[in-house]
Amino acid sequence: MNKNKKNVRVSKKDLTVVRFAGDSGDGIQLVGTQFANATAISGNVLSTLPDYPAEMRAPQGSLGGVSGFQVAFGDESVMNPGGKADFLVVMNPAALKVNIKYLDKGSVIIVNSGNFTPENLKKAGYESNPLEDGSLSNYRIISVDANYMVGEALKDSGLSQNDILKTKNFFMLGLLYWMFDLPIEVTVKWIDEKFAKKPIIRDSNKKVLYSGYNYAENTEIFDAKYKIEKGNLSSGKYRNITGNEAVCYALIAASKKLGRKCFYGSYPITPASEILHMFAKMRSKDVLVFQAEDEIAAVCSSIGAAFAGCLSAVGTSGPGFSLKSEAIGLAVISELPMVIIDVQRGGPSTGLPTKTEQSDLFLSLFGRHGDCPLVVMAALSPSDCFYSVYEASRIAVKYMTPVVVLSSGYIAQGSQPFKIPSNNELRNFEIFRPPSPSDFKPYIRDSKTLSRPWASPPLKGYEHRIGGLEKSNIEGNVSYDPDNHQLMTEIRKEKISRVSKEIPETIVYGDKNANALIVGWGSTYGAIRSGVSKAISNGIKVACVNLKYLNPLPDDLKDILKRYKKIIVVEENTGQFAYVLRANYLINVVSKTKVTGQPYTTEEILKIIKSECENFQEEK
Amino acid sequence: MNKLTPNDFSSNLPVKWCPGCGDYAILTSVKKAMAELGLEHEKYVVVSGIGCSSRFPYYVNTYGYHTIHGRAIPVATGIKLSNPDLMVFVMTGDGDAMSIGGNHFIHGIRRNIGLKVLMFNNRIYALTKGQSSPTTQLGSKTKTTPYGNRDYSFNPSALAVSLGAPFVARSIDSDLNLTSSIIIDAAKNEGFSFVEILQKCVVFTDKEFDVFKNPQTKEDNVLRIENGKPMIFGKNKNKAVIIEKEGPKIIEFDSSMPPKDLSVYNNSDINMARIVSNLMPPEFPLPVGIFLKVNKKSYENIYYEECYKEIDDFESLLKENSYEISN
Repeated sequence: MNKNKKNVRVSKKDLTVVRFAGDSGDGIQLVGTQFANATAISGNVLSTLPDYPAEMRAPQGSLGGVSGFQVAFGDESVMNPGGKADFLVVMNPAALKVNIKYLDKGSVIIVNSGNFTPENLKKAGYESNPLEDGSLSNYRIISVDANYMVGEALKDSGLSQNDILKTKNFFMLGLLYWMFDLPIEVTVKWIDEKFAKKPIIRDSNKKVLYSGYNYAENTEIFDAKYKIEKGNLSSGKYRNITGNEAVCYALIAASKKLGRKCFYGSYPITPASEILHMFAKMRSKDVLVFQAEDEIAAVCSSIGAAFAGCLSAVGTSGPGFSLKSEAIGLAVISELPMVIIDVQRGGPSTGLPTKTEQSDLFLSLFGRHGDCPLVVMAALSPSDCFYSVYEASRIAVKYMTPVVVLSSGYIAQGSQPFKIPSNNELRNFEIFRPPSPSDFKPYIRDSKTLSRPWASPPLKGYEHRIGGLEKSNIEGNVSYDPDNHQLMTEIRKEKISRVSKEIPETIVYGDKNANALIVGWGSTYGAIRSGVSKAISNGIKVACVNLKYLNPLPDDLKDILKRYKKIIVVEENTGQFAYVLRANYLINVVSKTKVTGQPYTTEEILKIIKSECENFQEEK
Repeated sequence: MNKLTPNDFSSNLPVKWCPGCGDYAILTSVKKAMAELGLEHEKYVVVSGIGCSSRFPYYVNTYGYHTIHGRAIPVATGIKLSNPDLMVFVMTGDGDAMSIGGNHFIHGIRRNIGLKVLMFNNRIYALTKGQSSPTTQLGSKTKTTPYGNRDYSFNPSALAVSLGAPFVARSIDSDLNLTSSIIIDAAKNEGFSFVEILQKCVVFTDKEFDVFKNPQTKEDNVLRIENGKPMIFGKNKNKAVIIEKEGPKIIEFDSSMPPKDLSVYNNSDINMARIVSNLMPPEFPLPVGIFLKVNKKSYENIYYEECYKEIDDFESLLKENSYEISN
């Protein structure tokens, strides 16, 4: 057992993708998250993708019950969780069967062979054991009987056989920490805190984690240790953050900057519920959270809070967003600020609750009765959820309008290192403060923004009545006057179009001489950026824009689109943004779409670029 | 500061209910109650849904929000939770609160959010011109029940009692003093207060409540419940509702010698409130007054006792699990 006896080769890589898979009861999301945090703390850039079934607990060992978690880590080139995995960690035969498609030949599969029992093989639909029948000969298999190992390690622990087996995920995690030379202390500390009140469980998990680490070090099963290139991140304080976490912190940051209470009204819905959980933990008198009886009550409570002067927000997903439509119209006609976060998932109806999609764009733009414009934005990445939601809050208050921020299951639950900004780096809020009570009218307008003043109870002298009935401009009394409705409809439209003044210059990334432009919006950012980078390094001239502002669109977009001979719109729906571009600019675009519930990968984008641009460049 | 008068609570807008509508009387009662409660204009917020009753906010000089159909309670909940010092009234109707807003009604009560909900019960959808509502009586003819209503109706006060509201009362639009005194008590009681006000619609349910208003029939058909008093009614004060093991019943007696053991109404007794709020004509007189008035800590008070932390800045929240990178 002497370390020095072993001759371990160290392979260097700038980007590695590890995929964990097992039964949904195997603690896959937990080890995945721990592994991701360890890579973050060692200075890597990373991106994660949880992939789990909608059922609470599908039958054990079944294909439907397989839960996955993918981590890509390395240097700055990591922009998304990657497509194919370099390493697959599988806890049972079903996990292998479901995930083998995510591997290229030659990749490494680390298997808990203890679960490859005849019964489990049968459940997964294997007629013979793939570990023995040669069907995996194109992969490198590292087989460890983690069930046996944890049994041995914990035989004197006093835990039941069942509880002992539950620790096997930590054994596998320990193996990987050795393999990638990651700091095991991160997880040791986490176990200490998580199981502080259960010393036996705490000590057992720690023992098993170290057992895995030591096993890897002491045996010959791994002939290589991998050294992953670290990112060249700018110095500062970081935190690995999911998109949903970033939403919560952004709203709190915005409310602090604004100097008002924060109000988050919501109803449980996958994949947005974590935002509600985060707020529920705050226990603060100025960060209010309200779990409503339904989606409608959630949005209405937030509208009430906005009327009462809070920075208010609602979070939901497609089905809930549909239910909120009527009330959002009330916020539009009342001209109250509100941030609506839609964490998109596969639709229509209940659809694919735990899978990602970008198919609520039309709903955001058009999904209300009447002429009912509002601002629509889309977050680009987990960490950009912070900046998008912060900016949405600022725009909502400045223009007195609801703002929709489209997130998606993928960036909401995926994580990324996030450099924590300081409060003074964040932009200030601008409010149209009501004039003196004698001059105050509910619908007087700021001449620049067309915003109306935000006067909330119990501000003395500003008592006024608003509501869903059309109001006369300036005075704010109920009005059925035809010309007034024409005017108010036009003002509401014009007010939203003036938000384009808030949009920074659109960044075109890629080859300056490109004739083809990939256009994406929101959460496809990482895949498109890295796909374009790869294409350029393959000698293809291509560029891309990744849009964050979808209504209004950036003023400079029209001219950018004109510069390219071919516009390829890539999105995770059946062509909604392509439709928007065609309608807005009367241009043709190529629409490339995907609705599998999985996010676009770098490889898929590269494939699109190759098929669309290589021939195209020859044609010229 | 001079005490405000009911007229100080009039807005400058013309009131546009039909002439003879019961809502005028309710408006008068509310303004009277607002003046007597002694709060300044800006401390009141009046929130409504959709329906004739829901035009109410435009007619009082306070903060007001005329929202969408059925949703006054959740909007008002957001306002009250944001600022518990505000006196938040919800003006709603039987269609708004019992039908499209039914879910919010039951959950508002479950939560015991401190809203003062006045439900104008005219037993009809009046604004949309005469369809049956959840309080339209069985057999009543309306535009959507031309052969008589086949739906059983809700008894809103009994429903509110059964759901656990700490304050439940019923009044009749024409009884201005009773209505305003009930509203004052409702406003002062912690938590969710529910006041059902029977309201005449001159167009569709003009005669609906006549039997409870007509001086000839009123005494025999209305039971005015008062805390600590026996439930005596009748033109000659010779009848009473008593509650026995088998249930409530009516007894008659010589009014000069009422029996000494008459059941005395106790509005802090939930069981009594359950029984009496369920009394309905024609078997029983219609009870009006305060059914229930008990202490129950409100949602907002529980909330702010539990949630006391000061969050100075978001950076401190993010510090947990953070790490330094120096390159």
